[in-house]
Amino acid sequence: MTLALEVRDLACIRGQRALFRGLNFSVAAGRAVSLEGPNGVGKTSLLRMLAGFLRPASGMIRLRTNGAEVSEAEDRGKFVGWFAHQDGVKAQLSVREQLDFYARLHGRSYDPPAVMAKFGLSALAELPGLYLSAGQKRRVALARLHLSARPLWLLDEPLAALDTAGKKLVAETITTHCAEGGIVVAATHDPLNVDCEKLVLERMS
Amino acid sequence: MSPFFALLSRDIRLAVRAGGGATLALAFFACVVTLVPLGVGSDLHLLSRIAGGVLWVAAVLAALLSLDRLFQADYEDGSLDLIVLSPLSLEVSVLAKTTAHWLATGLPLTVLSALLAVLFDLSVKATGALVLSLLIGTPAVSAIGAVGAALTLSIRRGGLILPLIVLPLLAPAVIFGSGVVQAVQDNLANGAFLFLAAFSVLSVVLSPFAAAASVRLNLAT
Amino acid sequence: MLFELANPKRFMEVSGPFLPWLAAATAACLITGLVLGFSTPPDYQQGDTVRIMFLHVPAAWTAMMAYGLMAVASIIALINRHPLADVAAKTAAPLGAVFTTLGLITGSLWGKPMWGAWWVWDGRLTSFLLLLLLYLGYIALGSAIEDETQSARACAILAIVGAVNLPIIEFSVDWWTTLHQGESILRKGGPLISPVFLWPLLLMGVGYTLLFSTLWIVRIRTEILNRRVRTLMLSRAA
Repeated sequence: MTLALEVRDLACIRGQRALFRGLNFSVAAGRAVSLEGPNGVGKTSLLRMLAGFLRPASGMIRLRTNGAEVSEAEDRGKFVGWFAHQDGVKAQLSVREQLDFYARLHGRSYDPPAVMAKFGLSALAELPGLYLSAGQKRRVALARLHLSARPLWLLDEPLAALDTAGKKLVAETITTHCAEGGIVVAATHDPLNVDCEKLVLERMS
Repeated sequence: MSPFFALLSRDIRLAVRAGGGATLALAFFACVVTLVPLGVGSDLHLLSRIAGGVLWVAAVLAALLSLDRLFQADYEDGSLDLIVLSPLSLEVSVLAKTTAHWLATGLPLTVLSALLAVLFDLSVKATGALVLSLLIGTPAVSAIGAVGAALTLSIRRGGLILPLIVLPLLAPAVIFGSGVVQAVQDNLANGAFLFLAAFSVLSVVLSPFAAAASVRLNLAT
Repeated sequence: MLFELANPKRFMEVSGPFLPWLAAATAACLITGLVLGFSTPPDYQQGDTVRIMFLHVPAAWTAMMAYGLMAVASIIALINRHPLADVAAKTAAPLGAVFTTLGLITGSLWGKPMWGAWWVWDGRLTSFLLLLLLYLGYIALGSAIEDETQSARACAILAIVGAVNLPIIEFSVDWWTTLHQGESILRKGGPLISPVFLWPLLLMGVGYTLLFSTLWIVRIRTEILNRRVRTLMLSRAA
């Protein structure tokens, strides 16, 4: 699969305040980008723009997959694997139900025991989301990201709330995704411990 | 299972489990309907005259009760982002969620109304008309309610504004819905049933577009 | 021309000198209309109460027109994302609500001597009550969302949904009143009008429309200035 993400002269204005302006970068297939910078500099906004939720104040975002070009924000969203602050884990549904739902929503079949084992959820399969710890919920979200099988992964603070093993799992998952030709853009304060390029957003004066 | 039904069945599951509010809406419906005779008196003749209107108004209020969480719960925990990014188009996702709301609220309310009609001495024929009118009309309540729910999803006390937005828009449903019951009671051919059906179809077809647009704008924050 | 005016700065420049003339025309129309209205002979059926018509019917016209204008401004705001259209729609709502209330109050004052009750579930009054609720819902939604653009876009969607639904509401209420009672005096355009009443009514109609336009422009100007002040304060704080 050929895949490329290109960002040209991107600007973000939130509530009359410019967060960033003239942002340029491109990511090739199989590469990961670690998006860094102080709080409030627009990392989450950039990810939401890439996913197509936010409309850029100016500039453009281009995604190329298999030679076809995706320029519409809404179409781009259909290539995005999303892993954000809020984990979207429902208190009333068991881990198994959440993963089942997500796989069906994406029209995919999966092997539940294998995926649960891979993400350290085997013992929690029948437990409702209510009883999961923050880190366990992150693992559910990570398993979901894996199930989505989308080429462009956008991760917001992927390491938050995870233990050492969890962090290692994130690094492995990212590495595998890149090895399969995917792209990862991860906003993070901690080192991802994967082979990646760095993109630092600076505060505008 | 198709993505549409995956979302539909998830929402029904969430609605009927603890905190989902589907059973609460039924209990609220029964409470309101019980209070009316206590307020207006036990004259069965009067009660059977107003039964259609009372049950319709109570059903609309009960359906609204659980509507404010239709998108808000998914918005707060981030699920809505995932639903927007899913292979389903957002309009179809909204339709799935609206259908789930109707199956978990509108349909049970319709069934319960047949039981509550007994309290108002409604004739068997009029009860049939009531059940049929609710069956046809409550999808419009869920559909138009979904627009209100989507518009208010990021507002902290959105549940308070939702009825103000949605209730005036639902006036035709209440008018034609209770009109169906009255037509049977008075042996009139007043066309209420057809108007109600037309209103319902129009609402179910058009609302998902308005609701999806509202969801999109709320996620652009 | 419309889109040239749609620039807030240009709008301020053009509307400023225009405003006093508009206000003068409003006053002229309303005063002449009222004088003419009071000099008409009393109606042979309704007596002097018929004169309330000169206040009631134009209020009803203006209230409907305001919703129409609000919906048109909302469509422009959604499609062209133009800030002035946002402001125009947002500022039309409270005015529309005021004219609707005026229509309801004058209708009720007219109804008391005619029907012997302050309120009768007459088709026109009922749909105006619903129109008022639509306006209130719009205003409530607009004030509940803090972010300016978000609030404007949410309101625009609601205004369009309301505009689609309004004819249906109107139809259902008409249907409902014919089901429950006979004809009433507050039919569309008021009672069958004799030509003596027509001129003052038309003048009052033009007067109300001009009054609405004047107030609307004043409110749009105020809102634009408010936003400028906010931007200045923000840029100073940054």
